[in-house]
Amino acid sequence: MNVTTPSKIEKLLAAGHLAVTSEVGPPRSADGHEIEHKGNLIKDHVDAINVTDNQTSVCRLCSLAAVIRLKLMGLEPVLQMTTRDRNRIALQSDILGAASFGINNILCLTGDHQHFGDHPKAVNVFDLDSIQLIQTVKLMRDEGRLLGGFEFQVKPQMFIGAAANPFAGPNVEMRVARLAKKANAGVQFIQTQCIYNMDKFKEFMRLAVDRGLTEKVAILAGITPMKNVGMARYMQKRVPGMDVPEEVVKRIAGVPKEKQADEGITFAIEQIEEIKSIPGIKGFHIMAIEWEEKVPEIVERAGLYPRPQVN
Amino acid sequence: MIRAVPKPLEEIIQYVNDYDKLLIAGCDGCVTVCEAGGLKEVKILGSALRLHFAQANKPVVIDETSLTRQCDKEYLAQLRDSIDNYDAVVSLACGCGIQFLADMYDTKLVFPGVNTSFMGVTEERGVYSERCQGCGTCILAETGGVCPIARCSKRMLNGPCGGSDKGKCEVSPEMPCGWQLIYERLKTLGQLDRFEKPVDPKDWTSSRDGGIRKIVREDLRI
Repeated sequence: MNVTTPSKIEKLLAAGHLAVTSEVGPPRSADGHEIEHKGNLIKDHVDAINVTDNQTSVCRLCSLAAVIRLKLMGLEPVLQMTTRDRNRIALQSDILGAASFGINNILCLTGDHQHFGDHPKAVNVFDLDSIQLIQTVKLMRDEGRLLGGFEFQVKPQMFIGAAANPFAGPNVEMRVARLAKKANAGVQFIQTQCIYNMDKFKEFMRLAVDRGLTEKVAILAGITPMKNVGMARYMQKRVPGMDVPEEVVKRIAGVPKEKQADEGITFAIEQIEEIKSIPGIKGFHIMAIEWEEKVPEIVERAGLYPRPQVN
Repeated sequence: MIRAVPKPLEEIIQYVNDYDKLLIAGCDGCVTVCEAGGLKEVKILGSALRLHFAQANKPVVIDETSLTRQCDKEYLAQLRDSIDNYDAVVSLACGCGIQFLADMYDTKLVFPGVNTSFMGVTEERGVYSERCQGCGTCILAETGGVCPIARCSKRMLNGPCGGSDKGKCEVSPEMPCGWQLIYERLKTLGQLDRFEKPVDPKDWTSSRDGGIRKIVREDLRI
């Protein structure tokens, strides 16, 4: 894989290492120190840190400001950007702004519908979708052009990522076809939806490998530890596109309440160990939702520490 | 066709409560088909308003009519000789008809009697659903005859998103995922190759965001 940007994730992958990323959710206030605090909790155990963009359509401190703050701390951020709230003018403007601070990774998302969040009466934008955002970043980076045609000299140097959900409908074949579409659009890395249904994930990876997609796109497996059986049930029943088999819920439910968090962490570590042997896997994206302090333990116990260094 | 639903009676009463002579004007077009603003609904609203004013001991003249269409001038012109008999008109036409009526009789108070909802189809009597958002550049040839602008809740041109679950949209378990429908149709038609080709950003200039849209057909003008 030829390195195309200064992205640390890209360099690590090119050197043949498994990449480890994680994420922080910004606060629902102007408290920038919370970003610093969460970044400091995980910075030595991951290669890059995503900052979510008003996830589940709940209004928060913006991902652009938060990634700049992490960058100024010397960390490697991934700017998550959804197309729900901004049109192509605002999206491209934010990409230029992020790049001006040396943000070298972007995760292109369509975003959850506003119906889920704290402003369900808002209008949505969706001028572009995730795949068109991938195309846009690629156009800006590789050709120094905006969608409107304007040409500029100082280009954003961004390693382009996106999400993939192997578990959403209608079937794994279509989900691999959509991965192929993202690859055709120019995506370079993928962070997957949280994996609980291992059989289905293996099927997804097998098809992706067969089609040669894992040669074009680095797939990082999404891992989210369960805090307790309530969370497991919620993810199983209430989160669209999430596939939590009953045996996973039973496993967490099978231990006393005070031990469920430990069981969730142990399960996550076992998943990482198992996924490491799946052909085509290039790393892990650990999403410890409002549980960032557990990321170092997961990374260490999963044998992913210390993190390799690249220049 | 355009679909509409009657406004709540209480809202219409608020509009007309201070007037003595009212005309309720229906439309024989789309709103008749979806049973929101045709002659039948005009009569129902008329009866309800008469009852309301009778209970309030207020004598009010309420006349009823329905025009062939309120979106064409020649039918609106039929009101010319009688419109001055009224203080206000409640139009049960769609938003287009209401505005065209107000345009023609620009000194007359005109109130809406329906909420105009969307362009859609009759799934069964009393069940209507949206099919077209009038974006002005039809892409149904590429999407197996299913419109992602109208039928994907994120109007994605490269769907489905990761929230599509068992054929349903993340917004509601009642709502079919538009992109799953497109996928199934393309599969049936043997056109799945279309599915993997990224669709470029859409030119929305023919859509809703450039002020009112206008069609001038020189071939039809007299």
